[in-house]
Amino acid sequence: MKARTRNAVAAAAVLLALCAVPFLAGKFAIYLTMRIMLLGIFAVGYNLLLGQTGLLSFGHGAFYAAGAYGMGLFGVHVSTHPLLGVAAGIVAAVLLALLVGYLCVRHTEIYFAMLTLACGMMVFSLVWNAREITGGDDGLIGILRAPVSLFGGIKMPIGKDEQFYFFVLFFFALSVWAVHRIRQSPFGLALAGIRENARRSEFAGVPVRRYRLAVFVLSGAFAGLAGSLEALLESNARPFMAHWTHSAEPVLVSLLGGLSSLAGPLVGSAIYIAMREIIQRFTENWMLGFGIVLLVIIMGFRGGVTGTLSALFRKAAAPGEG
Amino acid sequence: MQSYVHVILAGLSSGMFIWLVASGLTLIFGVLGVLNFAHGSFYMLGAYCSFTVLKHLGAGYWTGLLLGPLAVCAAGFVVERFFLRHVYRIALPYQLLLTFAFVLIFDNLVKIVWGGGALSPPSLSFLGGSVPILGRNFPVYNLFIIAVGPAVALLLWALLEKTWYGRIIRASSSDREMAASLGVRVPALFTAVFVFGTWLGALGGGLAVPYVGLLTPGMGETIIIEAFIVAVIGGLGSLKGAFVGALVIGVLSAFGTRFFPAFDMALTFILMGGVLLWRPQGLFGATR
Repeated sequence: MKARTRNAVAAAAVLLALCAVPFLAGKFAIYLTMRIMLLGIFAVGYNLLLGQTGLLSFGHGAFYAAGAYGMGLFGVHVSTHPLLGVAAGIVAAVLLALLVGYLCVRHTEIYFAMLTLACGMMVFSLVWNAREITGGDDGLIGILRAPVSLFGGIKMPIGKDEQFYFFVLFFFALSVWAVHRIRQSPFGLALAGIRENARRSEFAGVPVRRYRLAVFVLSGAFAGLAGSLEALLESNARPFMAHWTHSAEPVLVSLLGGLSSLAGPLVGSAIYIAMREIIQRFTENWMLGFGIVLLVIIMGFRGGVTGTLSALFRKAAAPGEG
Repeated sequence: MQSYVHVILAGLSSGMFIWLVASGLTLIFGVLGVLNFAHGSFYMLGAYCSFTVLKHLGAGYWTGLLLGPLAVCAAGFVVERFFLRHVYRIALPYQLLLTFAFVLIFDNLVKIVWGGGALSPPSLSFLGGSVPILGRNFPVYNLFIIAVGPAVALLLWALLEKTWYGRIIRASSSDREMAASLGVRVPALFTAVFVFGTWLGALGGGLAVPYVGLLTPGMGETIIIEAFIVAVIGGLGSLKGAFVGALVIGVLSAFGTRFFPAFDMALTFILMGGVLLWRPQGLFGATR
């Protein structure tokens, strides 16, 4: 009970701090915080698959791109209403994830990783080649940030970054809360059971393959949400969103922050974006710097930042048990 | 008719390039059980090192091809001996990410050393030019590659099946503990296999120098995906499968580029999806 209160207090504090950002920080910090929240949505949803179920997908960039292109195409051809656009992005990602997931969840481990990688690259090449629809390598440009109109009368503009920030924050908070609830639910616990021992779960009556497909589609939906928000933020959708190097981002972020907790991918997202900015400010060689940081984590701190910190706290709280 | 023959020849030569890269990847996976993302980087490093020996040391092409990949072996040694060795027993994501970290590092190092722009290698005097086949010209170098691929396959087969080292490698890959208890120095053997696999990838890169026309820091990332696909279609760890897979993919994508340019890449993935639905373990994979 105590830990639960502590977590609730921490979450409330973070939410308050995030609400304060647009009033206190400069334009660039607002933009960076939005990027962190977008990656955060992508990563917490993804971590349901990797951290909770133990499935390593290297193709989630495809669903991110489906969200972005779904939003973009819907905005260009149907309606510029942002909420409907986000819904269209999520629907596109879910449909794609159903198709890819159906093919991929029959495998596990390395085959699953390779299959998702291949499917993701297939989406990348289709987006790249279907010039008439997607704009090819130029990307889909001119995605508008029209005001959000609610209940006919109220109109909320999201054109400026300080306004759009709260749009992103709303979906970010919603996503984190939703993932938290999913992790605690019987479904989430069954996923953890599949991770620990798939065969035993099967014997216990859990329809393993169907659950894997369900969590795959669910994580795809979060990727689609993040993608559609990025399309609004940058007012474009690019084929590289589907590229495998982008699919690796939620994996990196989860490992960076810690696989086993909800806070892990979020902390990881913040560190990843901040580190990228800092390294890029001093040197062009951010890939080298990040690669070295990654090596250090894998060789020495496999719990990620949150895992390492909580191990330290445990040691401090109970000395001599180590 | 003649255009089909040319498409098939082009497909065979590109397939043999993929095979050269996929052979090292498959060997490493088959013996060490590690899927090496950085293998594409070794390919890239092989190309850049061969190019440098060729251009700046004023050496001939063959010297470059000999020395370049050997230099890359040092990188392979460091990666295996000081990093990869420590993660054989931990969860798969960490192994993949460790090799992914090296992709980032090597790509960036290449940018630092050789610059971010594309380099164009000098043209070959020997094996340059083209010969007429069925009334159309075909580059001699590509015919040479079509011959090198099967030669490497034969060499690997002979090494693994006919020599004492091959027997030890096969024994260690099927049962590490048993091999170790029979007195095989497994860690040293694994390092040697990894370095040899690295050499194969780098050799592919060195051979690619006159073929690809341009060297870019991202060249490893495209080939590694193709090599992965070939390895998966053939059955992970099966060299025979990788060889057949590379041929099929090479020819198929050559037909794709020629007849359905909008789907050239997608065709490959469709084939992979189809093969895996039909035979999840790949064409020549062991049933699990």
